Amino acid sequence: MSIDIDTARRVAHLARIAVKEQDLPALAGELSGILSFMEQLNEVDVTGIEPMTSVTPMRLKRREDVVTDGGQPEKVLSNAPDAREGFFAVPKVME
Amino acid sequence: MTALNQLTIAEARDALRKGDTTSLALTEACLAAIEGAGALNAFVHHTPEIAREQAKAADARLAAGDAPAMCGIPLGIKDLFCTKGVPSQAASNILKGFRPEYESTVTSQLFGAGAVMLGKLNMDEFAMGSSNESSCYGNAVNPWRRGNDTAELTPGGSSGGSAAAVAADLCLAATGTDTGGSIRQPAAFTGIVGIKPTYGRVSRWGIVAFASSLDQAGPMTKTVRDAAIMLGAMAGPDAKDSTCSDLPVPDFEAALTGDIRGKKIGIPREYRMDGMPAEIEKLWSDGAAMLKDAGAEIVDISLPHTKYALPAYYVVAPAEASSNLARYDGVRYGHRAKLGQGDGITEMYEKTRAEGFGKEVQRRVMVGTYVLSAGFYDAYYNRARKVRALIKRDFELAFEAGIDSILTPATPSSAFGLGEMADADPVAMYLNDVFTVTVNLAGLPGIAVPTGLDGRGLPLGLQLIGRPWEEGDLLNHAYVLERATGFVSKPAKWW
Repeated sequence: MSIDIDTARRVAHLARIAVKEQDLPALAGELSGILSFMEQLNEVDVTGIEPMTSVTPMRLKRREDVVTDGGQPEKVLSNAPDAREGFFAVPKVME
Repeated sequence: MTALNQLTIAEARDALRKGDTTSLALTEACLAAIEGAGALNAFVHHTPEIAREQAKAADARLAAGDAPAMCGIPLGIKDLFCTKGVPSQAASNILKGFRPEYESTVTSQLFGAGAVMLGKLNMDEFAMGSSNESSCYGNAVNPWRRGNDTAELTPGGSSGGSAAAVAADLCLAATGTDTGGSIRQPAAFTGIVGIKPTYGRVSRWGIVAFASSLDQAGPMTKTVRDAAIMLGAMAGPDAKDSTCSDLPVPDFEAALTGDIRGKKIGIPREYRMDGMPAEIEKLWSDGAAMLKDAGAEIVDISLPHTKYALPAYYVVAPAEASSNLARYDGVRYGHRAKLGQGDGITEMYEKTRAEGFGKEVQRRVMVGTYVLSAGFYDAYYNRARKVRALIKRDFELAFEAGIDSILTPATPSSAFGLGEMADADPVAMYLNDVFTVTVNLAGLPGIAVPTGLDGRGLPLGLQLIGRPWEEGDLLNHAYVLERATGFVSKPAKWW
């Protein structure tokens, strides 16, 4: 499967990574190369095989539905690039 | 007289308990070695104050008696582990300045056992790489060289700083993490021991996530015995990681009996790759012969889906990475791009991630995004997960047939030169993981043991793969191999 420039642009946007227009052809080429390597998987007969969901057969643990942590907004915000009045601050989201 | 920083964990433990040395003396010896090893670029954040404080506390505990095995042992910690108040940035610019408010379960357990942290170790960005060349800190350098050739070699990756630091005696041991071979390949490239435990043996809590269904932390040490000791301190149930097993942790060191008589060791024919260097071929057959001499039965086995492990891995791992790395958005921690007039939140995300992530990370996030996108999910991601189930089944059939462990080469070559792969296809670099990824896909324990030198004087290693949860047995097989090969070579100091 070959990736064209439009697909590369779309994937970059979905991944929320800014890619300059002039860099898109090289990116499309790299992605195509990697995906063609993956094409080998089409040789495998996977009829009737369930996709693996857990590598070790274990039941997902349950616990009491109670608060185990919290009440430390300063610590939660301490690494934020921009925090104000107890909140993470971001650029305007809605017009 | 062996210098204090050259001791193994076991030697240091015994010396500490006898009162022949102190943790502070061990720690000072390591700090001095680190000071003189800037050329290796292994330690990227130095924490001498924390180290000295922990060493003094360990000495007090030792004096009081009843100190655990890891008490007072100076370690290096891979930058992927969150360490409270200490930079933990997964070798990425996007986490620049991040100082966690909490401690990872692994480091918390190690410190609880009295271990000492010397600093944080270099690695590939977000553990994505096989050469430590994708680090925001620059390359870590292998202490080994090709004879008198001064060309700098890779220590492997992603735990390249850990491998270089242990091989150069900058610390007694180090933590590593392994998603596709990131403990075992660098261990093999630097002549040390590295074990990736069974998936779920060690808590992943507080370790920056790459691919959550594959990631597992483990020790990187100078000997198999040290790996057994340190793994015991790292492993165990953890309520904070729901994939971490509740199984009790056995005494791994006690499993090192040196007796493997009657054990069946499988040699998988699919690991004999076309164009495999003769040296690797010989290393492998010599290893099998030594295990046979020790009383094991060598059995040819087939793991028919081996050739599909690498492509399946390079679908599953980037898919999980694209999801895990979505959190780096410039809002909660780390880097945020400077925004232009009129830039909204989407521009903030896109510019922040373009500036903060390096090339290889961007590439994998985009591959992952693509294979998970509508219309391709079934063709790539679900197909890869089905192939993964078949790869695991291959191993299960071998173990059901009575195989106790499987012997393979650890890497397809010895350490290559830094920069040598710069112009290569990304897929060429991925081939480094060809012998190790199967183990992550199947969730099994795997260990790399140094067993020889190549014609240029560089270390080569073999890998042993064990049954799930049987790390003790696996370590014992590795212990026999280690003793039989008698590998004691160290790099000549040039740094």
